[in-house]
Amino acid sequence: MIPRLELHNITKSYPGIVANEDISLSIQRGEVHAVLGENGAGKSTLMKIIYGAAQADSGEIYCDGKRIEAHNPAISRSLGIEMVYQHFALFESVSVVENIALAIKGVFDLDRLAAEIKTLSARYGMPIDPHRRVHDLSVGERQRVEIVRCLLQSPKLLILDEPTSVLTPQAVVKLFETLRQLASEGCSIVYISHKLDEVQELCDTATVLRNGRVTGVARPKETTSLELARMMVGSQLPEMHVSPSVPSEKPVLEVRGLSAPARDEYGTELTNISFDVHGGEIVGLAGVSGNGQAELIALLSGERTHSRSETILIGGRPSGHLGAGERRKLGMAFVPEERLGRGAVPPHCLWENALLTAHRTGLVRKGLVERGQARDFARRIIDRFKVKANGPQSSAQSLSGGNLQKFIVGRELTLEPKLLLVSQPTWGVDVGAAAFIRQTLVDLSRAGAAVLVVSEELDELFEICDRLLVISNGRVSPPLIRKQTNREEIGLLMTRVGHGEARRSEVALEN
Amino acid sequence: MDLFIAIFTGTIIAATPLIFASLGELVVEKSGVLNLGLEGMMLMGAAFAFWAVISGLPMPVAIAAGALAGAATSLLFGVLALTFLTNQYAAGLALAIFGSGVSAFLGRGFGSTPIDALKRIHIPLLSDIPVVGPLFFRFDPMVYLAIAIFGLITWFLYRTKGGLILRTIGESPETSHAIGYPVTRIRYMAVLFGGLMAGLAGAYLSVAYTPLWVENMTAGKGWISLALVVFATWRPLRVLIGAWLFGGMTILQLQGQALGIAVPSELLSALPYLATIIVLVIISQNRQMLALHFPASLAKPFRAAS
Repeated sequence: MIPRLELHNITKSYPGIVANEDISLSIQRGEVHAVLGENGAGKSTLMKIIYGAAQADSGEIYCDGKRIEAHNPAISRSLGIEMVYQHFALFESVSVVENIALAIKGVFDLDRLAAEIKTLSARYGMPIDPHRRVHDLSVGERQRVEIVRCLLQSPKLLILDEPTSVLTPQAVVKLFETLRQLASEGCSIVYISHKLDEVQELCDTATVLRNGRVTGVARPKETTSLELARMMVGSQLPEMHVSPSVPSEKPVLEVRGLSAPARDEYGTELTNISFDVHGGEIVGLAGVSGNGQAELIALLSGERTHSRSETILIGGRPSGHLGAGERRKLGMAFVPEERLGRGAVPPHCLWENALLTAHRTGLVRKGLVERGQARDFARRIIDRFKVKANGPQSSAQSLSGGNLQKFIVGRELTLEPKLLLVSQPTWGVDVGAAAFIRQTLVDLSRAGAAVLVVSEELDELFEICDRLLVISNGRVSPPLIRKQTNREEIGLLMTRVGHGEARRSEVALEN
Repeated sequence: MDLFIAIFTGTIIAATPLIFASLGELVVEKSGVLNLGLEGMMLMGAAFAFWAVISGLPMPVAIAAGALAGAATSLLFGVLALTFLTNQYAAGLALAIFGSGVSAFLGRGFGSTPIDALKRIHIPLLSDIPVVGPLFFRFDPMVYLAIAIFGLITWFLYRTKGGLILRTIGESPETSHAIGYPVTRIRYMAVLFGGLMAGLAGAYLSVAYTPLWVENMTAGKGWISLALVVFATWRPLRVLIGAWLFGGMTILQLQGQALGIAVPSELLSALPYLATIIVLVIISQNRQMLALHFPASLAKPFRAAS
C-alpha cells in the first residue's frame, strides 16, 4: 500500500543549529504515528516542514506517492493535511465560527457554517458553541475549535502538536476517543509528544528524535517506557530524590478567606480561598488554566494588591496590601509563568535580568549598578544551574525555554527565599531540565523553605508535592495529602470544586 | 433658525475631511499598520487636486487626482514600512514632513487666487423643502460620499470575509500567515486605501472647503484625524461622531469669535481640539471594549518566516 506520507532525508538548519538532520519516516492510512522527543529535539520543526510552514533545506516529501515540490500550508491543505498547533492559531477577538470561516475555503456563510460546526463537533463528542468569542474559551475548548476546524476539511492527515499539555485527564480520554474514531475512518494522525504513557496508549508506531536526528523507530505498545525514554534522552534519566518533609510549626504563607473580583470580563472571580504553606513542604495547586490561577498568583506575588491586608500573611505578617517589592523583602521569591516578559526582559542580557530581583544582594550601591558583581552573580547562576548560554552577556530571548527557566529559577533560589511561588515550573522544558528544576524545588523545600507550585501537569505535582490543592472556578479545595489521593480524585475536583451555574455547563461539556 | 442651519451645515462640512482621513486611517490601523503620515498625504492630495483645477481639468478629475496623489504618497510609506520593515512611527513621521515639504514646493506656482469651489447639489423639490432642504440636501457631493464611505467601511469590516481577514491580520499577522493569507499584500492594500482617503480629504480642503491654496493648509487636521481613530477605539461609528463633534466645535468657536466673545481667539481656536479629546477620552474609558477593538499587532513589523 502506498503510504499516506513519506519523508526522505529531511534536513533543516537554522543559524547556529541543525534542527532536523536526515530524517525519514513513513505513515500509513489510518495509522496513529507518534513523533517522540524532548523539547528542542526538532519535532516542531519537522511538523512545520510537513505542513509547509517551513521549508526543508534538502530532502523529499511524498503524499500518497506524489512528491510535493514547492511546499506551503495552502498546498498542504489542498492535499488534506491539517495541523493543530501547540500554541493555537486562533484569533481571540472574533468568534469560533469566524475563526473557522477564515481557515476554510468556500462561500462566506456564517450561519450555515455554524450549523455544520455544531453537528460535526457533536458527532466527535466535543461540543462547542460556534458563536462564542475565542477569548472567552478555556484552553481545552480552544483546542476543540482547532480540531473541529481541521475536521471540517475531512483531512487525510492530521498533525497534533503536544495536544494534551493543557487538558484535564478526563479531557485527554475524550480526545483519544475522538482520535481513535478518526483513525478508524482512515485519517492518518501524526501525534507529537514527549509524554510516554500517552504515546503508548494511543499510537501504533513511534519515531523518536533526539538532537534533530532519528534515534529509533518503535511500536510503543510493545516497547517499555524505559526503552523509549532512553531513545529520547540518550542517557540514564536522572532520578528524583524526595526525602520526607518536616513541616515547620508555623506556616510561612497563610491565605485567609481571600476573595477578589475578576480583573476583567475574561478573568475569574476568587471566592473565599484559604490555605497554608509551611516551611519544609511543597504544596501544589492543580487545575485547568483559566480557573483563577492567574488571579491568585497575581495576588500572592503582590503584582495585584488586596485592600484587606490580613487575607495574606507572610511569616505571620499581614501582607495583602504590600506590593511585590515589599513582599520580596519579607523573603518571598517568585517564578512566574511567562518567562519572557514577566520572568525576564527578553532583549536584556542575563546579568541585567539577574539584577531585576537580586538588586538587594549588594549588586547596587548608592543607586549605581555594580556591573562586575552583577556579572559574577549571573555567571554563578549559569554554572550552578548548568544554563546553556554564552555567558552573562547573552540576551534572555536567545536562550531556549528550558535554559531560561533554569536561569530564572536559579536567580530566585540564589536569593535564599523563605517562601517561593512557582507557576508552571517546567512548561515547555525538556525532560532533563524539568527533572533538574523539580529536584531543585524539592531541595529548597527540604532546606526549610515553603514552596507553592502552580502547575497543570498532574504528574509533576504528584512527583514533588507533599500536599495538593485544586482550584476550579475561583475556589480552592481543602488540601489533600499526596500519598492519600490519586489522579482521578484530583481530576474530578478540577471540574467540580466550583458549583456556579457556568461551571455546571462546563462539566456537562467535559463529560 | 438660520443660525442653527448655518452651524449644522458648517459642522457637517468641517467634519467631512476628517471623516475621509480618519476612516482611511482606521482601515490601515485595523490591518495592524500605523501610518502617522496623514498630514503629508492630505497635503499632497490638496496640492494635486488644486493643481488639476487651475490646469483646467474638470472637478471630478481633480478630486481623483488628489486621491491618487494621496495613494501614491502612501505607497512610499508602504515600501518603507512593509517591504523594508522600517520603524512605522519613524516612516510615518517622515512621510508627514515629506508631504508638507513637497506640497509647499509644488504650490509655489499656484498663486493666491481662489478657484470656483465644488458645486453644491440641488435636487429639485428635496432641496427646496424649508429647513429640511438646507439641512440635508444642499451639500456638495463629497459630503454624501464621505457618509457613503462610512457605511461601506462598516459593512466591509464587520459583514464580509475580507473585513474579517483584515481585522484578524491586525490582531495576529503570524496566525493569518500560518493559515495562508498574504499578510503583506493585504496590508499594502490597506495602506493604499488609507492614502486614497487621505488624498480625498486633502482634495476636499483645497477645492471645496477653502477653495484656494495655502501652504500647510491642512493645519493639523491630519493629526486630529489620527487622534480621532485612537480615541474612537477603532470603531467607525465613533470616528464619525468624533469628526462631527470636532466639526461642530470648530464652527461654534468661529461663531463665538464672530460674536466677539471676550475670550482670546487663540484659546477659542484651541477649543475644538480640547473638546474632542475630552469627550473621546471619556468614551474610551471602557477598557474591555478597547481591548476588543484594538488591533493587537499595531505598528509591529511583520515578516513571513521561512
